[in-house]
Amino acid sequence: MYQYDNYDQAMVDARVAEFRDQVSRRLEGKLTEEQFRPLRLMNGLYLQLHAYMLRVAVPYGTLSGRQMRMLGHIARKYDRGYGHFTTRQNIQYNWIKLSDAPDILADLASVEMHAIQTSGNCIRNISSDQYAGVAADEVADPRPWAELMRQWSSFHPEFSYLPRKFKIAVIASPEDRAAMRLHDIGLELVKRDGVIGARVFVGGGMGRTPMVAPEVNPFVTEDEIIAYVEACLRVYNRYGRRDNKYKARIKILVHELGVEEYRRQVAEEFAHMKALGLNPPREELARIAAYFADPAYEGGLPDALDRSDPDFALWVDRNVATHKQPGYAIVNISLKPIGGIPGDASADQIELMADLAERYSMDELRVTHAQNIVLPYVRKAELYALWQELHAAGLGEPNLDLVTDIIACPGLDYCSLANARSIPVAQKIAQRFAGNGKDAHIGELKLKISGCINACGHHHAGHIGILGVDRKGTENYQLLLGGSGAEDCSLGTITGPGFDENGIVDAVEKATDLYLRERAEGERFLDTYRRLGMAPFKEAIYG
Amino acid sequence: MADFLSFRTDEASQEPVVTLESFGDQSNATAVRIEPSEDARALLPFLDRISLVEVSFPAYTDGRGYSAARILREAGYEGELRAVGDVLVDQIAYMRRCGFDSFKPNAPLDDADVEAAIARYPDVYQKTIDGRTPIWAKRHESA
Repeated sequence: MYQYDNYDQAMVDARVAEFRDQVSRRLEGKLTEEQFRPLRLMNGLYLQLHAYMLRVAVPYGTLSGRQMRMLGHIARKYDRGYGHFTTRQNIQYNWIKLSDAPDILADLASVEMHAIQTSGNCIRNISSDQYAGVAADEVADPRPWAELMRQWSSFHPEFSYLPRKFKIAVIASPEDRAAMRLHDIGLELVKRDGVIGARVFVGGGMGRTPMVAPEVNPFVTEDEIIAYVEACLRVYNRYGRRDNKYKARIKILVHELGVEEYRRQVAEEFAHMKALGLNPPREELARIAAYFADPAYEGGLPDALDRSDPDFALWVDRNVATHKQPGYAIVNISLKPIGGIPGDASADQIELMADLAERYSMDELRVTHAQNIVLPYVRKAELYALWQELHAAGLGEPNLDLVTDIIACPGLDYCSLANARSIPVAQKIAQRFAGNGKDAHIGELKLKISGCINACGHHHAGHIGILGVDRKGTENYQLLLGGSGAEDCSLGTITGPGFDENGIVDAVEKATDLYLRERAEGERFLDTYRRLGMAPFKEAIYG
Repeated sequence: MADFLSFRTDEASQEPVVTLESFGDQSNATAVRIEPSEDARALLPFLDRISLVEVSFPAYTDGRGYSAARILREAGYEGELRAVGDVLVDQIAYMRRCGFDSFKPNAPLDDADVEAAIARYPDVYQKTIDGRTPIWAKRHESA
């Protein structure tokens, strides 16, 4: 994986010093909260219901064991002993003291990590495919491009006061594991006549006006991606709406201009920018790519598994994915124990995962947008030993992509924007479906819960989505069906009137019962919904 | 404390500044002010007679002026480029990178804070028109 050189380290160290200075000016009263706000937000520090929340960047979701161990250390030393992995492959700490924040950033910098631009109206952490480098279906490892863009977007002087936040995802497989088309810019690397380039999608997003990003350019060659993205952003910075925070994302600009007009404006700006020499040379991409070269795989390793332990066999079937290299496997560690808080991990668990990565996965981990952890390089012969350690630590839940593998935002338990709690609903649904065993019968079902219309829990993109709203002072939950964040990207549709906390659990069960009755061979819940349409589901839920 | 800050070697322009709208009608005007919603490219035909462009920042959160500045510099404008309004010390370094070379903030800036902010980062990751060599280029300079 990527390692900082002296330049990278000096930039991150300078940021720590700068923020230390800004925090002390704030504590001395030289900065008002209003003046301090954009500065702390550029460093991932939010003021929440009970305390400051710090969001730490995990660039494209890739971590070493040493970095993961530091995340555990921060959880233990500065938080209440746990951290929360997010849908943008980052980690958040919910109980941070302002005066500790500079020390935390210094600790992070000591392991080549930071919280730069994890909030604020700037270019956020670049996200990517958690199976990058190990998926059999990829055109190239997307992470060198993501790292190139991380550097380009860091401290970008023109794009740090955008109309609104800006999220970029880079993938390189036809299968989309990163919800690429629900980003402000989604790049899909493709190969054309042996040349790598990017399909560029602009204007996707969730929030209160969800949109699937349209394709703005079918092929930008790899040498011009930075200049093209810069052109996309300049048009947005100049013409994106600033009169209404809720209409300020680029999706609204693309929608209001129409994709043809937006494309034309970008093309014009790109023609101008191409001549400015903004793209790093190929040698720079090659320098970065060398860090992501395949590790030293051992040849001749066995593929066969001893499946005599049924619990292990079930976990393998559910949580282990195919690796491009014979004898190796991709392991998903579920952070969705039944009844737990989706995406949370204790300091002990984080440190254990760091150990396991070092011992079993060539010192590397990934964070997924579904709030789970991946060990990307596990020898199949060692799966059983690994599973026993995970299982003993409460990290062996065999529920990847099941109805209990829920994405949920922090909700009203933590967040100052939320209208309703998300976590208790996730817990009740998981307990219901694990308790009655229907989770296993249903198979793949992506359920996503947001505690307000800002949609941090991706409810629009859930096969089943749940949106918490405030209805005359009480928490109420709307149900959506038919969304997907994958390559078959679509937005869910609201079924009808909302429910209370227990009612929404019943409604989910009614919808899935209908699916279990009606499904055709091989159909997932989403497929059956798409075939039958909303009417029978509505009937089953409200009838 | 500075209520005006210049990084130019020449004298700051004292010319009367006109709005973009009236600039078009006044063929002898040499100083113009543009608002965030105005298109900096409207000035491109007149660059050879302009000695000062003021770019207005009614609120520091409105970043359109950064693009306006870069566009003018990319088009070859070499006159004074002044950021005016809600200009805070923590924005000065980025503004410099976009081509601003003078500043007229609403509230005076602490000289030491400005100096520290500008000196803070040893290098830059992007190429802009400020002439600084980006890190990616330094990495591949022949040793």
